[in-house]
Amino acid sequence: MTTQPAVEVEDVSKRFRLYHDRNQSLKAAAMRGRRARYEEFWALKQVSFEVAEGSTFGLIGENGSGKSTLLKCMAQILRPDAGAVRTRGKVSALLELGAGFHPELSGRDNVFLNGAILGLSRKEVQERFDDIVGFAGLERFIDTPVKNYSSGMYVRLGFSVAINVEPDVLLVDEVLAVGDEQFQRRCAEKFTELRADGRTIVVVSHSMGSMQSMCDQVAWLDHGELKAVGPAHDMVDAYLGSVQMGGVPVGDTARWGSGEARIERVELIGADGAPIDGSIRTGDPVTFRLCYKADQPIERPTFGFALHTLDGVHVTGPRTADQGLFPDVILGEGTVELVVDRLLLLPGTYDLSCALHDSAGLHPYDARNRALRFNVVPGAPHEGMGGITSLGGEWHVDVLDAERRP
Amino acid sequence: MAALDLFRSQRDLFVNLTLRELRGKYKRSVLGWAWSLLNPLATMVIFSVVFRYFLKIDVPVGDPSGLHVFAFYLLCALLPWNLLANGMTGGMGALLGNANLIKKVFFPRSLLVGANTASLSVSLLIELGVLAAALLVAGNMVLPWLPAVLAVVAVQALFVLGVALLLAVTAVYFRDLEHLVGIVLQLWFYATPIIYPASFAIDALRDKPLLRWLYEANPMTRFASIYRDLLYHLRGPELVDVAAVVGWTVVVLGIGAFTFHRLEPRLAEEL
Repeated sequence: MTTQPAVEVEDVSKRFRLYHDRNQSLKAAAMRGRRARYEEFWALKQVSFEVAEGSTFGLIGENGSGKSTLLKCMAQILRPDAGAVRTRGKVSALLELGAGFHPELSGRDNVFLNGAILGLSRKEVQERFDDIVGFAGLERFIDTPVKNYSSGMYVRLGFSVAINVEPDVLLVDEVLAVGDEQFQRRCAEKFTELRADGRTIVVVSHSMGSMQSMCDQVAWLDHGELKAVGPAHDMVDAYLGSVQMGGVPVGDTARWGSGEARIERVELIGADGAPIDGSIRTGDPVTFRLCYKADQPIERPTFGFALHTLDGVHVTGPRTADQGLFPDVILGEGTVELVVDRLLLLPGTYDLSCALHDSAGLHPYDARNRALRFNVVPGAPHEGMGGITSLGGEWHVDVLDAERRP
Repeated sequence: MAALDLFRSQRDLFVNLTLRELRGKYKRSVLGWAWSLLNPLATMVIFSVVFRYFLKIDVPVGDPSGLHVFAFYLLCALLPWNLLANGMTGGMGALLGNANLIKKVFFPRSLLVGANTASLSVSLLIELGVLAAALLVAGNMVLPWLPAVLAVVAVQALFVLGVALLLAVTAVYFRDLEHLVGIVLQLWFYATPIIYPASFAIDALRDKPLLRWLYEANPMTRFASIYRDLLYHLRGPELVDVAAVVGWTVVVLGIGAFTFHRLEPRLAEEL
């Protein structure tokens, strides 16, 4: 006997209307004799797959590939134009936290209201009330109207209600990164707990590293069509390979500086001396290369890189000046390299920025914010708990025999 | 029957949403709930002065109650009218005002409209309770008629729900609907015997059978007549009035529910 899938997506298609001149008034409708002109656009085209019960399932794809639309179809917020989504058990969606909170009502009233919206009975909310409030850490403020909450408190309470619904199927759309460190840790624990309990989780994320470490199976969507479904590791690799994440210039990159010298190119170079195509593994050697061109002689310049996570956390910012390295003068074309023997970044997506300054680091000649986005995939050391960087340490554990214990 | 099942499974949500409306409405005001009574009270004073003393409109003597007070005659129809007027205005905002919720969470959207009508019906019951107390003080023994009043409020609530369901989804597609509804409400208010007895209009329209027929077909005319029979005159309502309001309620609720059901699936996209 095979177990029933928790979610069955069968031949789902979803069409949106792109309005040319959105006309939402009776007046306009009466005067023109029609409501609106629109073009149709298929956000999902005949997508089919199954999510096994108790598994964690990821949806990946570029922006506009239909991931969120599919998630909303699973949550029944959108109805597919063709095909069907079948879910087994209670479904809860974490699409927006605290949706439906009434600002004038107290946190307590809102917990009951939000719980009811998410499908809990009054009795069920009562049973979980202390857990919900405790998890959000809002015991002291629970009788205050939520309009007086900080945005962090608001989101924490919303998350806490949603996660305590204890659904059989949980749908998550990139909302995991809320609250402070402590709250994030509790969220991660809660997710682990849910998975251990055999709940099914479907998650949409752009963070390939966490998808690879979290998910069992991944579906890859491309322009509304299902490209492939399979084990997370293979899918993420295939996806990253296809979009060449090893060196993708970020579209909306900000650039500033006086321009006497310009940063022409930034590259990641692998062990074989060739630019990295695909993704880098934790522990691999890598060289960050910057190619510049100076139209005028520039004395004692400073080169620098900066690494950020997608959440904007500054990971590191090495500069030539930090090593006391000041080239006397640069003119014409040249390259600068930062050689890393062993990349200790843990799996995830990172943005690389670079800059060319004067010796004091005050005057920018050229600075490119988030010039390059790259992915780090699991390698060695492998750390199951995730994070940004490994310490590269080695464990030594002395185990005493029971008999020899004093 | 599907609607009943829905109600049963979503009862807690329905109650919570209704409480949200009731609690949220007067939360930020010093007088709180008193506002819901002060409003009709102020209207009553204004209308009494203008229509009773300036325009000298005389209202019938209660038969058999013998009551002869313009303010009571007015309130018996004005309070139920407010349920309709507020139900229509609130119904239009029920979906638009909760766009964010609809786009992010799945639950039966009709509950939003239902909660709006239900909270207004609760307000009406409170107002009618105060009116009944005042009538008792004035010597009108309304107590035996109150169960019947409750039944009429229930029917009227369903009628208003039907109208509100229709307006709620229409307002999503046509955002300027509220202006039209404002005009309709004003017209409807004067086409209903609220500040004057129905006989005034029926006499005036004696040689205009079509207009007279329209006037009498107005469901709110019938509701007003039933409320006045029960609370002002202290007599049973006319069967033809009861048949008319029940018929109207079935038709309007049917149209409202059907339209809502048809347009509900696309709400998350259109909002």
